[in-house]
Amino acid sequence: MGRSLKFLIPLLLFGGIALFLYKGLSMDPRAIPSPLIGKPVPEFSLPRLDAPGEKVTRKDLLGKVSLLNVWATWCVSCRAEHGVLVDFARTHKIPVYGLDWKDDEAGAQAWLERLGNPYVAVAFDKIGRTAIDLGVYGAPETFVIDKKGTIRHKIAGPLSPQLIEDELLPLINKLNQEG
Amino acid sequence: MSKQFASLVFLWLIATALPVAAYTLADFPFDDPKKEQEFRELTGKLRCLVCQNESLAASDADLAEDLRREVYDMMKAGRSKEEIIKFLVQRYGDFVLYDPPLKPSTYLIWFGPGVLLLIGAFVVIRTLKQKKSAREKTLSAEEQQRVEALLNTASETQGTDK
Amino acid sequence: MIPEIGHLALILALSLAITQAIFPLVGTFTNTRSWVAMARPVAWGHFLFLAIAFGCLIQSFLTDDFSVLYVATNSNSHLPNLYKVAAVWGAHEGSLLLWAFLLGGWAAAIALFSRGLPAHVVARVLSVMGMISIGFLLFMLITSNPFERIFPVPAEGRDLNPLLQDPGLAMHPPMLYMGYVGFSVAFSFSIAALMGGKLDAAWARWSRPWTIIAWIFLSLGITLGSWWAYYELGWGGWWFWDPVENASFMPWLAGTALMHSLAVTEKRGAFKSWTVLLALFAFSLSLLGTFLVRSGVLTSVHAFATDPARGVFILIFLCLVIGGSLMLYAWRAPSISSGGRFDFVSRESFLLINNLLLSVLAALILFGTLAPLIYDAMGWGKISVGFPWFNTMFEMIAPFLVLAMGIGPMARWKHDDFAHLFRQVRVALVISLIAGGVALLPMFSHGKMLVGLGVTLTVWLIATHLKNLQERLKHKHGLKGLLRDLAGGSRSYYGMWLAHLGVASFIIGATVVSNYGIEKDIRMTPGSDVTIAGYRFVFDGVSKTPGPNYTAYRGHFRVFDGANQVAVLEPEKRHYQMQGRPMTEAAIDPSLLRDLYVSLGEPIDGGDWSLRVYYKPFVRWIWLGGILMALGGLLSISDRRYRIVRKLSKSEAATRKAGTNATGNPATETA
Repeated sequence: MGRSLKFLIPLLLFGGIALFLYKGLSMDPRAIPSPLIGKPVPEFSLPRLDAPGEKVTRKDLLGKVSLLNVWATWCVSCRAEHGVLVDFARTHKIPVYGLDWKDDEAGAQAWLERLGNPYVAVAFDKIGRTAIDLGVYGAPETFVIDKKGTIRHKIAGPLSPQLIEDELLPLINKLNQEG
Repeated sequence: MSKQFASLVFLWLIATALPVAAYTLADFPFDDPKKEQEFRELTGKLRCLVCQNESLAASDADLAEDLRREVYDMMKAGRSKEEIIKFLVQRYGDFVLYDPPLKPSTYLIWFGPGVLLLIGAFVVIRTLKQKKSAREKTLSAEEQQRVEALLNTASETQGTDK
Repeated sequence: MIPEIGHLALILALSLAITQAIFPLVGTFTNTRSWVAMARPVAWGHFLFLAIAFGCLIQSFLTDDFSVLYVATNSNSHLPNLYKVAAVWGAHEGSLLLWAFLLGGWAAAIALFSRGLPAHVVARVLSVMGMISIGFLLFMLITSNPFERIFPVPAEGRDLNPLLQDPGLAMHPPMLYMGYVGFSVAFSFSIAALMGGKLDAAWARWSRPWTIIAWIFLSLGITLGSWWAYYELGWGGWWFWDPVENASFMPWLAGTALMHSLAVTEKRGAFKSWTVLLALFAFSLSLLGTFLVRSGVLTSVHAFATDPARGVFILIFLCLVIGGSLMLYAWRAPSISSGGRFDFVSRESFLLINNLLLSVLAALILFGTLAPLIYDAMGWGKISVGFPWFNTMFEMIAPFLVLAMGIGPMARWKHDDFAHLFRQVRVALVISLIAGGVALLPMFSHGKMLVGLGVTLTVWLIATHLKNLQERLKHKHGLKGLLRDLAGGSRSYYGMWLAHLGVASFIIGATVVSNYGIEKDIRMTPGSDVTIAGYRFVFDGVSKTPGPNYTAYRGHFRVFDGANQVAVLEPEKRHYQMQGRPMTEAAIDPSLLRDLYVSLGEPIDGGDWSLRVYYKPFVRWIWLGGILMALGGLLSISDRRYRIVRKLSKSEAATRKAGTNATGNPATETA
């Protein structure tokens, strides 16, 4: 028995590999889960885009459930996402903070005037240092932050109405019920 | 979001959005050549996150330039290699490391090959032992004759071949 | 019109592939002579239509027919003609057509050069190749048709990826694919043999030259790819263990093991089931590589544009081909006689060890390549497994392989003893250890331990092979004897010898360049100079030069060794009009002992430039190694035994007769 069974080994090995390959077809090898989930938002202090004299800091995010959206005017899919964000800010009472990443100040302000401003406040990250602390690797990215200032979820890539409905809102509701 | 859409988005990002930065390491001078070598080796072993498959040292992506700058500043400030790696892993996860660290979750990567090697060695030894003790029970006399004939004629035509 | 003819030719090729797959095979089981005899003409027809399709695509590129989507996305009217042809295989669809075309070519070659083979064997081999072709043609016609039209017709094409606009890379895919597809021949021979239930020396002898030819192409393809990466990517590396590189290296390892294993099976009748398995592996790994590069399951430097639907198709195809063949193997292999008795110490044992090490290495690379995918699929997190891991594994296993390579050729077939072997290798052992020890002296090694290992292994290989040559020529009177020996026929020995020295050349090249290479990234002002490894590079500034489809900044450097000018280097930074990304063209002054390498970075304010200046000692030995291996392969198939077209001498007629008898199919013989 042992003699003929051993000839099955290559077939079984291949079967295993094929299963992984099949699974792999539905995964994105480039999506990197954030190790910051469950960790507090890193300390930061950045100028406000609309009022460079004032600062946006970590403290601003405390005490309520909020979104932190990383965007830039050079980012094509941010343009696609922007309308969704404007709608979201209008229909829901959840504050959305912006992090304008490595951008041109005047251009960014013009963009918000032209396309609408969904943000409670936009932190202007000229050199991208805070983005690194947040583990940002591409725009847009959206963080969900709870009342204690802990990062609970991150979405890489543009938000869509469906994504908001299926992923964001249930999580936000849950976080709202937490102490 | 479908994967296809996601990759489309990323292609967009890479193709059109990220400004191309200087990608030599010329902007990161060190007084000590040893440090410079260390910097080169370290950034060579860190993975650029937005690129297809390139190291921080070799990538011309904007984010790679930012991270090189970050690594450079940390080295200049006298931080150790371990601290720098820890800094990046805290933000981007183990994905940034081309050289996976040894820890329980990577035991499979680091010890799997040893196991494979042991299996290989086992197979060799077993086969050799079998071969030594085996009688040619599977080859009939007639077949044996044919093989011999074949080999003989073969060696006649080709001369001796060591 | 031309694209439609091409499309039609593809469909006709598919129908012929179906014919080629079914009728000859069924014929061998029902003993229908006319069906069996169909194999050859159908294979020729199949190839003819593939050639027509391939020609049509080339023609569409040459005439800038941008109504063809594939041409519009991969060419441009300003593209030089050479690259218009190379653009045919520059992206997914066309490279598939190249695959299919070459597969058809190999099948036609078998049809042409198989007169000495029994009709049943030819029929089955061609039938299996027909099945593989069906898969590729269906894949192309359903998901990736290179002749698809677009409307409205764009006025201009998007141009070929600038990275691919290079003579080295123009030749790289055809070479590589010749190798991949070539392994389908050994694969088909094995499947045919498994179907017949008979594997023997004759089967091994027929498979061997085809396998070696495929291996030669694959070796050259990989060498070209590595060389290209070195000069074109601009960072001076020659191997990065990227999935796409691994995808070519794994079949090469399996193919190398297969070549050696076939030698044993042919000469001694041993390792049969193992040899068959290797033949299945070599081609399966080629197919797997195709899947990995085209399905998007892994991130790679030069992945093709990916599409999950294509991934699903290839995966199904993989399961049918690989799963089916391994199933056949599991069913038939237990009845294969193990044959060929040999002792613990014998040539066979060393070849077995070599085989296993090569296979383990291939398995490790497969494991490392798939590990990120496995981790992700199991929910164990995202990891990267990169060159440090692969290098560690390679450095752990390769030395044992080299050790066996040195002893193996000394060992006698069937039975040898340790004392005899030790007498043969003891001088080489001492010399190589001394050489390694000297290399480890601080003044040479600068504290790098791997230098000692690399030098020891190189000297070991050279010394053992010289000794081996001496033993062989002892009875053949020196140089004259050697020449007579070479002319007289047994070139496979010298082929082995040359290929093994190729490995030595590779080891010393890789060792020296990775340990003594100097890389400097600097900022330079025109008129200034920098000295690296004793060479003074004088930067004479940058000028602007137009190219056919790009404009370039060209840097001017003069390089001095002391007072002598040794080279003028003119690296370029090109901006291709259609594709935004700037490309660097490194300038290299090559020589056997060192390369001097300059590539342009970016202009910095005030006319300064950032630059990469590299000193790469012995880097050429890496590719020289690849070329020597390929030459060794070439020499060995020129051996009389394998001469495909040969005069029928009496003794050969006898060989053939014995071969025919031995592989005749018992099922049909008794029917």
